[in-house]
Amino acid sequence: MKVYLDNNATTIVDPQVFAEMEPYFVQKYGNPNSLHVFASDTHPGIKSGMEKIYAGIHSPREDSVIITSCATESNNWVLKSIYFEYILTGKKNHIIISEVEHPSIIATARFLESMGCKVTYLPINHEGLIDAQSVEDSITDKTALVSVMWANNETGAIFPVQEIGDICEKHNVLFHTDAVQAIGKTPVDVQSFNVDYLTFSAHKFHGPKGVGALYMKKGKELMPLLHGGSQMGGYRSGTLNVAGIVGMGKAMEQAIDALDFEMSEIRKMRDGFEDELLKIEDTFVVTPRNKRTPNTILISFRGIEGESMLWDLNRSGIGASTGSACASEDLEANSVMEAIGAAEDLAHTAIRFSLSRYTTQDELDYTLKVVQAAVLRLRGISSSYAYAPEGHESGLDSHHH
Amino acid sequence: MGIDSLIGGTIWDEYSDKVTDLMNNPKNMGEITQEQADEMGAKLIVADFGAESCGDAVRLYWAVAPETDVILASKFKSFGCGTAIASSDTMAELCLGKTVDDAVKITNIDVEMAMRDNPDTPAVPPQKMHCSVMAYDVIKKAAAQYKGVDMESFEEEVIVCECARITLSTLQEVIRLNDLTTVEQITDYTKAGAFCKSCIKPGGHEEKDVYLVDLLEEYEKEKMAAGATLGNEGGAGADFAQMTIVQRIKAVDKVVDEHIRQMLIMDGGDMEILDIKENGANFDIYIRYLGACSGCASSSTGTLFAIENILKEKLDENIRVLPI
Repeated sequence: MKVYLDNNATTIVDPQVFAEMEPYFVQKYGNPNSLHVFASDTHPGIKSGMEKIYAGIHSPREDSVIITSCATESNNWVLKSIYFEYILTGKKNHIIISEVEHPSIIATARFLESMGCKVTYLPINHEGLIDAQSVEDSITDKTALVSVMWANNETGAIFPVQEIGDICEKHNVLFHTDAVQAIGKTPVDVQSFNVDYLTFSAHKFHGPKGVGALYMKKGKELMPLLHGGSQMGGYRSGTLNVAGIVGMGKAMEQAIDALDFEMSEIRKMRDGFEDELLKIEDTFVVTPRNKRTPNTILISFRGIEGESMLWDLNRSGIGASTGSACASEDLEANSVMEAIGAAEDLAHTAIRFSLSRYTTQDELDYTLKVVQAAVLRLRGISSSYAYAPEGHESGLDSHHH
Repeated sequence: MGIDSLIGGTIWDEYSDKVTDLMNNPKNMGEITQEQADEMGAKLIVADFGAESCGDAVRLYWAVAPETDVILASKFKSFGCGTAIASSDTMAELCLGKTVDDAVKITNIDVEMAMRDNPDTPAVPPQKMHCSVMAYDVIKKAAAQYKGVDMESFEEEVIVCECARITLSTLQEVIRLNDLTTVEQITDYTKAGAFCKSCIKPGGHEEKDVYLVDLLEEYEKEKMAAGATLGNEGGAGADFAQMTIVQRIKAVDKVVDEHIRQMLIMDGGDMEILDIKENGANFDIYIRYLGACSGCASSSTGTLFAIENILKEKLDENIRVLPI
């Protein structure tokens, strides 16, 4: 059995989405900007796709939703554009982000820091949540931008973007939210609260990879990202990804249609699976269920390093994820686990299971059995549960690095 | 960069079959209890290294015969990824039957080599080499415990890159001799920094006393100081004997450029400086003739004496020039 439980990383493309995209490769391949029928053939698809994308986030027609290549591009664009317009010119000197933003925000912020911009990294609490008040406390008269994600990719924790938006409005500070993990999992309505910029990406909600978007409120437009042939209103030049726009539109439409199912049925399956996982001894989940996206579980298995758990899961055909990244060059603990202030010995033990509307109960039942067997095997190997003779002073508790 | 690093891939695909097998079925995984050691008439050693909070930890059990110091049984328990478990397993295996003194000689490189499927293909991808280092460290810890000494006493030199076991003195020497200015160059010359990359700069997996970037900075400062000395005193007045190797090479270069090369080029030849070595009281400068000079009869007589005399006059009486 193969089970995909890594839907916060990417999702299967819905077959209907794929079907709608298909004509735009071999039949309707014209450059939309040209003056002939090959171009015109693409226009209805673009129009319909864009309408669906606008509808999906309740964007007013006068606001702009610029199609990019991915959320990383959208996030980079916001921060760098703010840097050029406000920081480099000396009007402002400060931005605020959370310490658990996606790397496309964190790494960009660090780069801007190296260019002289001040950055505040808002902490999360022991439940992995952000206190909106901390935003207000960090704002100065030199703050140009607050960028806080809507939902965290690791824990699924939903951050108080409405409250943060209010605070930004009150202090006349621009507000950006990375809503990559929010679309299709929680209602997203840019008219229901104050937000100036909002990032999302098609492949997180059963659309194609390579298609991201940035919503910009009217009057808050950023400086152009890619200069060139004036596509996307001149904000992001480059020949339109017609199939991508069509695919994102269809995927958005379906995500909105499936939102209730996600919030009730997926949530129920997730909760049931989590209940069973927590019956295994020495397991821990930090963020309360009603404060996270309905599809996400970040769970620690004491004594089992994350990558070795992934190894055993993978051997049984199950794809999940760990933020503990023994594999990466940085070899750092799960940044969210560290930020939460989880017990140090749990920092490398977190496994993320993220469901989608394609997940079945059978798959979860199977996964549970595999996890139970893996826990037995790996705790059998683990030094955390190992015998020590009387009087042996464990050398494994302290930080050796 | 290049296509390989752009394509990426799963690190697991780079594991040798042995690593995969050991992760799936570690052979020496287990414990030795006090009772078991007593039955063997052996001394039980339980050594810990690493910490769960750092992402990897290992506990090594030895039963050592007190009369012979031979390790009769060797078992491990490990918190870590697949390569940590496989490395620990291999390490425990390598210890078996050895005396404690011989076990200490096992390095992480031995552990990694033992996990290879064939001698030319690494058992693990570069970023996983640090896992084998932990396996090596825990042996030292166990041996220190057995002998009642400090673990550091087994390490004769300061190791900067633990994955490739490159010492501080080697690195300093290579940087100077080859005038290295980038981390990539150091990696190309020594392999230091090619693996887990902790030794390159602060912020990696392991905290270090000295990083490769520190060594480059140190050398850069040295060069600047040397440049200042030469600049001030025109090269001739500086005390050749007091210079660092780099300063000496620079000083010799300067003299060759100003007083010798022109003379050789006029005859269609040239020379390069290969090395400068201290030989007792002498400074032996090894050179290679280029162009028309190589093979010229005078290159081992008149020309050579002229070069040597100029260098003696400008730099130091004890210089000898040796063409290769």
